[in-house]
Amino acid sequence: MSTTTLNDSERSALPPVKTRQKRYGADQVSGRRMGLRMAIGAVVALVFLLPYAIMLVGSLKTRSEILAVPPAYFPTEGLQWSNYATMWETPETPLPYNLISTIIIAVFATLLVLLVATPAAYYTARFRFPGKTVFLFLVIVTQMLQPAVLTAGLFREMLLLGINDTWLAMILINAAFNLSFALWIMHSFFAAIPKEIDEAAQLDGAGKLTVMFRVNLPLVWPGIVTAVIFTFVSSWNEFAASLVIMSTAENQPLSVALTKFIGQYATSWQYVFGISIVAIIPVIILFALIEKRLIGGLTAGAVK
Amino acid sequence: MSAQPVLAGPPASHGRKRRRQNSDGLPAALPWIGPVLLLIFAIVIFPAGFMIFNSTRDISQSGIDQGTAGFVNFAEVFSDPNLPRVLLNTVVWVVVVVSLTVLISLVLAQFLNKPFPGRTLVRMAVVVPWAASVVMTTTVFYYGLDSNYGIMNTFLVDIGILDSPYGFTKNVFPALGVAIIVAVFVSIPFTAYTLLAGLQSVPEDALEAAKMDGAGPFRTYFSIVLPQLRGALAVAVLINIINVFNNLPILRIITGSIPGYQADTLMTYIFKVLQFDRRVDLASALSVVNFAIVIVIVAAYVKIVKPMKEA
Repeated sequence: MSTTTLNDSERSALPPVKTRQKRYGADQVSGRRMGLRMAIGAVVALVFLLPYAIMLVGSLKTRSEILAVPPAYFPTEGLQWSNYATMWETPETPLPYNLISTIIIAVFATLLVLLVATPAAYYTARFRFPGKTVFLFLVIVTQMLQPAVLTAGLFREMLLLGINDTWLAMILINAAFNLSFALWIMHSFFAAIPKEIDEAAQLDGAGKLTVMFRVNLPLVWPGIVTAVIFTFVSSWNEFAASLVIMSTAENQPLSVALTKFIGQYATSWQYVFGISIVAIIPVIILFALIEKRLIGGLTAGAVK
Repeated sequence: MSAQPVLAGPPASHGRKRRRQNSDGLPAALPWIGPVLLLIFAIVIFPAGFMIFNSTRDISQSGIDQGTAGFVNFAEVFSDPNLPRVLLNTVVWVVVVVSLTVLISLVLAQFLNKPFPGRTLVRMAVVVPWAASVVMTTTVFYYGLDSNYGIMNTFLVDIGILDSPYGFTKNVFPALGVAIIVAVFVSIPFTAYTLLAGLQSVPEDALEAAKMDGAGPFRTYFSIVLPQLRGALAVAVLINIINVFNNLPILRIITGSIPGYQADTLMTYIFKVLQFDRRVDLASALSVVNFAIVIVIVAAYVKIVKPMKEA
């Protein structure tokens, strides 16, 4: 900055600065350094994608290929796309039901979170009320807990309520444990909207609900999308509570159902990987949609 | 891990100006926050209390409550011959996984913060283990390291690291080692992204000033960048501690075929007692101990990160 005010003669008196800029300046990196970064970037991407590449290749092998000793890296008998059709009838677990369970639990848990967390996020961002600090503290503590920590209690509670081994139990559990994150992120988005906008709408005679739905929601939708995607992905992948609470094979989500393949005499790995690919691709697409927000907004307050 | 990003405080506020807020009292607030309170009470606070209650009961294997047991279950927990080993494993597991995760993520975040063509694609590749189910990711490693048909084992033989395929998941120490690698692998994305967010808050002019003063890259990193990352590091470390501590699927899959409790952490041990021994009362007592540890970590989080400061 200050260098721009120096005239040429002064600048020529400061040669070390120039060379240093060349060595460390982010803007003046050489093509060679750029090439090096791209090469490292490619290696990093490869490392993080490798397990999923193994998954994809494995899902296209025949049963004898995937259990062959020693194994071949790539399928030699052609790509078995038919695995993606036959896997649904594998005897280990009723996969179509497991997929339906996973979808229903994740979708309804997400809807419930949205329904419950949005008004609370709006109200806490806009209004003061006695006990607000306690309420937000409760939300933060909940955010740090996971179903696994309370599974022993949740299991007994669901038995008591007579909803053990039902979708409803897992919908409630996933909703409750993801609620706080959704509330918190939406809270921050609502809080960033100038209050004057609300006041203008109120002067025009709009009630609180109208102000939230018609005025605020269109502005906070990136926060809502982020909350929805995180709740959905986390419910989609939940494992610990489902493992204990969902005892009927048909009710189990995929995360639990897949563990039944492991440790068998001759596991149908091609099917395990086929269904894994089917389950992973949608969530990766969802996460990719909010990639920008993963960097920016999520931890902003704490990181500042 | 099923690492949930933690957000603390609003990202952008409009200055320091205190907003004028209406206060209509608690009755006016209840319709808006009531449903949240109800869910938290029903699915978080009640089961926590019920778990503590059950830890003092005598519950049969078929699930029938046979009356009070006082502190018998806790006495059983603390005299359990498996407990020292399980606790030692838990400490090693958390310390090693979190340290490796944070160290690697610091380097990775630094790299992902530099401009280069294709950076967005690399960043997206790094997100994949975060989005994917931990069960499914772990399954690939379990298969890949199988001593007969495992493709990673074959690769290690082919490049000359191993003479013959090795049963990584058959023995306690190698299995724990593999589980640690998997846990680090799935924890890196969230951690690197949190640190990346922190790196973006490092002021450009501070870096430039350091450059002007003739500080080398190491000096700049340790005296300017790292202090700026303190907030992000605190979040990343504490969230990782809690996630790694509570992780079930990785150890359950990788060390699942090892008999006994030599490779268990507190969490996998609780689930063995709950599922295989069907001892709900003992599992509850163990869970209460586990819960107490979690509460200490949460308290540290609230105290160090101060997530409430802007709420």
